[in-house]
Amino acid sequence: MMSGVEAIAAASALDLLALSPPGWGATLLAGLGNSVIIALGAYGLGFAIGLCGAFGKLYGGPITKDLLAVYTTIVRAVPELVLILILFYAFTGLLNQALLSWGMERVQISPIITGIVVLGVVQGAYQTEVLRGGILAVPAGQIEAARAMGMPSVTLARRITIPLMTANALPGMANLWLNATKDTALLAVIGFSELTKATYQASATTKAFFVFYPAAMALYLGISLTSTFLIGRLEKWARRGQRDVRGQ
Amino acid sequence: MPNPDHTGATAPIAIKVSGLRKSFGSHEVLKGVSMTARQGDVVAIIGGSGSGKSTMLRCINFLETPSAGTIEVAGQAIAMKADGSPKDKKQLEQARQSLGMVFQNFNLWTHMTVLENLIEVPVHVLKTPKAEAITRARALLARVGLAEKEAAYPAFLSGGQQQRAAIARALCMNPKAMLFDEPTSALDPELVGEVLQVIKGLADEGRTMILVTHEMRFAREVASHVIYLHNGVIQEEGPPEALFGAPKSDRLKQFLKTVG
Repeated sequence: MMSGVEAIAAASALDLLALSPPGWGATLLAGLGNSVIIALGAYGLGFAIGLCGAFGKLYGGPITKDLLAVYTTIVRAVPELVLILILFYAFTGLLNQALLSWGMERVQISPIITGIVVLGVVQGAYQTEVLRGGILAVPAGQIEAARAMGMPSVTLARRITIPLMTANALPGMANLWLNATKDTALLAVIGFSELTKATYQASATTKAFFVFYPAAMALYLGISLTSTFLIGRLEKWARRGQRDVRGQ
Repeated sequence: MPNPDHTGATAPIAIKVSGLRKSFGSHEVLKGVSMTARQGDVVAIIGGSGSGKSTMLRCINFLETPSAGTIEVAGQAIAMKADGSPKDKKQLEQARQSLGMVFQNFNLWTHMTVLENLIEVPVHVLKTPKAEAITRARALLARVGLAEKEAAYPAFLSGGQQQRAAIARALCMNPKAMLFDEPTSALDPELVGEVLQVIKGLADEGRTMILVTHEMRFAREVASHVIYLHNGVIQEEGPPEALFGAPKSDRLKQFLKTVG
């Protein structure tokens, strides 16, 4: 049985999470939406960088290899929070200085774009390494067979190397995706209203910390569980044609 | 037995190797070997482990970059830079498309079914209409005895079946010549026969083939010309009857004795 106080607490928790004001539900969901958009954007940008980076590190000329080594080393060495602050303040500052010196108007870079670019650059460095490992694990003979049959290198990458590498890279790539969803919380420091920032605002205003933080946890968990389910399906597809290690 | 007409010296030259040298670091594996295969020839390259026979074959389609020498495919010399690497990517790709290669370890693409393996290069590289490629692929699969396996993934086939599928994949490009790199060396003894039978069928229909093999009896049976490599040089060569029946050099005599 619920005591009277508990019942009131439960009712007020639901009121606080209601979608329409004075409830904060809509704010939280908008924050969730922003987090998902940034995570997807950053992961997508990271994938584009990572794919180019991995092929560049494996097949590029010496200069490409050196530049990529500098990129992955620095980005993976510096805390993401520091990178976010550097890129947000220093980068927009430099950009505006440049714009002003060319006689142009100052711009305000949208936090969503900043978030995607910053986290995308970070993701790109990690994905470069995960994808490179995935490519290295492709049996050399299968790439050689394609070369021996006169397959041009772009077709070879698209039809043979990337599909074969997918199964190898997926577990690492799945980790990076989950990191990307959580790293969006770091953008709270530049005042961007993603889920963590929205949760903080809601609880600071209402003092109902024990309502909003568990709610945010549940939402993050929701992203993670949905992702895990979808990644599982993807992995099954990517492993088509492979024997199960358990011999099934 | 191969039709003797196929070895007639007037047939056009399919593959010509001249003065081929290949070094890995300071180790010279091939010390100037030459070979001419005319259309319809079946050239068997034999020799001990480390004799350079696989390297010689792999230099023909530039899977290994020659250190010196020239390679001609269908009368066209493959243009090389000073270091032996191919000068003209497009030209090399075209030459490779006319040479069907079969590997010791099959190297079928594991993410594709057998049928997808066969039509991959015809459809995505040679731009053959898909329906036409599938028709040809099915005919080839029937020919190598794998009609029922077209939807199977390579990992679920036996070694012999994988190698027959790999041969069908190479044939599906309509190559001018076939290169076999020890096609039965990775197979269980009881699976060797089914693969050799397919290769023999190809020889009988007059296909140009270069075959690196350990199967001496088979080489004797199908080859029109046999090359014995030792330490990167051609120690002895000639028609199979002469080479196996009356070897001249002591090295070849010794080699034939050890491989029985």
